Amino acid sequence: MAQRKRSWARDAFWMTLSVVLMIIIWDLCVRIFKIPSHLLPGPIEVYKSGAKNIVPIVAHSGWTILAVLAGFIIAVAVAVPLAIVIVLSPTAERMLYPPMVAIQSIPKIALAPLFVVWFGFGVVPKVAVAFLICFFPIVVDTIVGLRSIDPALIQLARSMGATPRKIFLKLRLPGALPSLFGGLKVASALAVVGALTGEFIGSDSGLGYLLISASGMLNTALLFAVLVVLSVLATAFFYLIEVLERVLIPWHVSQRAHAH
Amino acid sequence: MNARLDIADAVDAANPVAADRAFIDIAGAAKTFVGQDGGAVVALEGVDLKIRRGEFVSIVGPSGCGKSTLLMLVSGLVEPTGGTIRIAGAPVTGPYTDLGFVFQTDLLLDWRSVLGNILLQCDMRGIDARKHETRAQELVNQVGLKGFESKRPFELSGGMRQRVAICRALLLDPPMLLMDEPFGALDALTREQMQIDLQTMWQRSQKTVMFVTHSISEAVFLSDRVIVMTPRPGKIRAILDVDLPRPRDLHIHETPGFSKIVHEIRVMFQDMGVIHR
Repeated sequence: MAQRKRSWARDAFWMTLSVVLMIIIWDLCVRIFKIPSHLLPGPIEVYKSGAKNIVPIVAHSGWTILAVLAGFIIAVAVAVPLAIVIVLSPTAERMLYPPMVAIQSIPKIALAPLFVVWFGFGVVPKVAVAFLICFFPIVVDTIVGLRSIDPALIQLARSMGATPRKIFLKLRLPGALPSLFGGLKVASALAVVGALTGEFIGSDSGLGYLLISASGMLNTALLFAVLVVLSVLATAFFYLIEVLERVLIPWHVSQRAHAH
Repeated sequence: MNARLDIADAVDAANPVAADRAFIDIAGAAKTFVGQDGGAVVALEGVDLKIRRGEFVSIVGPSGCGKSTLLMLVSGLVEPTGGTIRIAGAPVTGPYTDLGFVFQTDLLLDWRSVLGNILLQCDMRGIDARKHETRAQELVNQVGLKGFESKRPFELSGGMRQRVAICRALLLDPPMLLMDEPFGALDALTREQMQIDLQTMWQRSQKTVMFVTHSISEAVFLSDRVIVMTPRPGKIRAILDVDLPRPRDLHIHETPGFSKIVHEIRVMFQDMGVIHR
């Protein structure tokens, strides 16, 4: 435990150091090469613009966070049960898999204009794009996880008189969690892409909207400020899932202390 | 454990018919699978074998000879396509659960502690695990894993993991053990230690054991009888009695009696073309 704490502190140290170094290099580049600020503003200018626009940034962030979380949560709520049904029933697999793959083959971004027609300019089309884009990886990874059980383990359980229900709940489901979390991590990044796409296409709110309007006004400093906020939000979302993973599957290989 | 054994003996003594009859009675057992190309694959053909209560029987044979299939048939997990299996007089139809099964891989659950893995028996059978915690701890102590009971499987070595798997099989003190190459994945030294410990456990509990292995010397070291199987389709080629005194230690490998039986089995495999001269 003590060792793990120390490695957390060390990770934080290196992360901070690398961020500080990046900012310094950025600042030096802007100063030395005299890059015009409408192309690449320096970090101080970006900070000032962010501080000045803090109220709209926070307000628009709220909408983006809402769209990302709603899309993601609905995707999990639909994808995981669907994956379970597909694994348990060959008929369901034959019926559901082909249309799922067909939908997956459409670039989700291409559907955003349609969603605007269907759902208007509110938060719904953004949620819909975020949902669609993170749905597929969660289904696929959950299926892989549920199928990865060692057949011998099922035989062992049956020799103990276990019912199929017990085998599913106590062996298959926990065994699928590592793979499920793999899907959730991929989906977490995609959900942000989905929400932003929705905001680009047709919206009057959200960080995507703010980006488009800042770009329209050639306000590069604000653009960068929004980008920084976006990256912080996406990173926080990713780590939220990592923390959840650490809590739920502390036993998995990916969660053990690194052996170096 | 001895007390339980006495009860089992008393029951048999009171019922001489049951004591006389083979504990595991395999008659004409056959198994044909549908192969990947749709054709029939005969895994086992006409296997007759009677195993006494408390006997240690090993089954040796080349890969694919149906050794594991035979265990599957006895456990009732796989249905035979011919013949019958009886355990303690009753025909096996469907999974037979009054046994302990040990596979080549330990099949420990990463998310459970050592004790939790042993108590999986209770969870799968829907019985109260708390009542068996003391017994699980006893078993852990017996196999030399005291102090490791709350460790996760990934913190253990291969040998320790397989010991936990054996404890899991023994938790409810079943009258018989099916072991499918349980030491196959272990290094040579660990393997010898496991053989000695398994013998000790078996002598203490007098369980009926069916033990599948690739290793001729392992089979001879452990068994009362060694069943030699032919390549696919698997049939019994020979049954050899191992009349070596027990408890056996590793130096028995160097005795003429031991070498003679190992030699005999090896010659059989050479004759069948399994081992080339």
